[in-house]
Amino acid sequence: MTTMTVPQVAQPRPPSSLPWLRHSLSLAGRSVRKMVRHPEQFFDVTLQPVLFLIIFVYVLGGAIAGSTQDYLQFVLPGILIQTVLFSTIAIGVNLNTDIKEGVFDRFRSLPIPRSAPLVGATIAECLRYAITIGVTMVAGFVMGFRTSTSPVRIVAAMLLVLFFAWCMCWIAIWLGMIMREAGSVQGIGFLALFPLTFGSSMFAATDTMPGWLQAWVRINPVTHLTDAMRGLLTGGPVAQDALIALGTSGLILAVFAPLAVRAYRTKA
Amino acid sequence: MTNHAIHAEGLTKRYGTTTALDGIDLAVPEGTVLGVLGPNGAGKTTAVRILATLLRPDAGRATVAGHDVLGDPDAVRRSIGLTGQYASVDEQLSGRENLELFARLLDFTRPDARARAAELLAQFGLDDAADRRAKTYSGGMRRRLDLAASLVGRPAVIFLDEPTTGLDPSKRDDVWNMVRLLTSEGTTVLLTTQYLEEADALADAITVIDLGRVIAHGTAAELKQVVGGRSLQVRPAHLRDVADIRAVLSRVTGRPVGEPTRGLLTAPVEDEQQFTNVVVDLASRGIPVTEISLSLPSLDEVFFTLTGQGAQASATATATAKELA
Repeated sequence: MTTMTVPQVAQPRPPSSLPWLRHSLSLAGRSVRKMVRHPEQFFDVTLQPVLFLIIFVYVLGGAIAGSTQDYLQFVLPGILIQTVLFSTIAIGVNLNTDIKEGVFDRFRSLPIPRSAPLVGATIAECLRYAITIGVTMVAGFVMGFRTSTSPVRIVAAMLLVLFFAWCMCWIAIWLGMIMREAGSVQGIGFLALFPLTFGSSMFAATDTMPGWLQAWVRINPVTHLTDAMRGLLTGGPVAQDALIALGTSGLILAVFAPLAVRAYRTKA
Repeated sequence: MTNHAIHAEGLTKRYGTTTALDGIDLAVPEGTVLGVLGPNGAGKTTAVRILATLLRPDAGRATVAGHDVLGDPDAVRRSIGLTGQYASVDEQLSGRENLELFARLLDFTRPDARARAAELLAQFGLDDAADRRAKTYSGGMRRRLDLAASLVGRPAVIFLDEPTTGLDPSKRDDVWNMVRLLTSEGTTVLLTTQYLEEADALADAITVIDLGRVIAHGTAAELKQVVGGRSLQVRPAHLRDVADIRAVLSRVTGRPVGEPTRGLLTAPVEDEQQFTNVVVDLASRGIPVTEISLSLPSLDEVFFTLTGQGAQASATATATAKELA
């Protein structure tokens, strides 16, 4: 409390051409630190896929596919996608609570792009998704899942689902901004995800379903994502499904990221 | 208005049918402290949020450090520091992590951010707690960290929104000293408060607002003249002395003195000499008293004088509810 430097308005500006990215990364660092300090946040993304794998493969697999091993080969990409998609809701719930705390008002009073706190949070979320993907793959391998393609394709599969989840998380953020309570974000998020995940080719072959359901399953982007993942992990056609999955992700991002940022800006 | 660090004209903000600000004008010359005084719900926080670019006004205009809050909010954000009950820190991070984060967001390089955080932690006596989560800080430490956080970018203009509300008196002194230190460095400060005492202690000029309107503006001395200055309060030790003490008070102040309220006799005084005279007079007569004090008019009295009703009565229902809780 002894010395205080003379106030000055101008700040030394480091010669970076991407202040937006730098600010977002600083804020992502904040989110990661908070995650590491609350390891219970990782329970859902680590235990849930393992439990789902065990339930679907060992409880239902024999009945659905005749053999648990055959069903594991079929269902693992689906479980992977399902867990990652369900974990995208967390960011909406967390931001809904976080934004009521004072630190977001301070972010708003700083000369940083308005979207930086949101983008930063999504970058940190990708770490959680990557952990889910890793845990599911390891659990799958332990249970006997085997890939039959090249490492490049496996990495491409991981990146594809990660990108899809990152785009989907903007819907959760938007919900988090417009909902009054964190509980409603969770409720509506799960409600929306059920038809998207279960109403797809994730858990059963599409041709076993009634016609009206097949119609939905065929236009559901998650079906295309699942089929593309299957192709990348265990072989089969990829290109068309992957393109549709990528296109839908991009569309979701293009619609919901601006909506989320706008809702965040106007939420005073 | 060239030398005004903050200048606002006709700021208006409505929420549905509620008018939070009803055309507020504010002017703060560079390097001075403006105290914005008003009860809960008067519009103080709304005004600060508009000036700090957190909120857009429905009408009116304002410049901060020469930049228009609507036209060039980024330049305003580069020039200001904000401390309030809302603009705070991340409780899950340590004091140091918070300050380093804000420095990074203000485009300090990593080493510069580290140095600036260390400097502020030392300045605000937070060295020992630097690496603890802000959540574990005491009320006074939190307030100091909030203040430090708003100073990271060495802003030319600082907004302090009720900086001492909820602090005990010794911590209040702490904050006051820090504000004085800031102003001695030439920083312009806009301070909102519910305490006339605080505005008197820190501000060069005081703007009184109520129900979203400016109802008085002037220096503390001018305001006190309007309100009637200070008052002398005496609590007799024995009921039988009430009449004698009343006589002493009226003789010294030259005004009639009313019945005691809640055991306190109150008389308006014009200067401190009258206080001494009362003490001497009472002592020479051997009249015992249990309490004797000189106090500024309360916010309620200020409002009573300015608006004809107390701060309580003119504040919003929320404020009243808060008061009752």
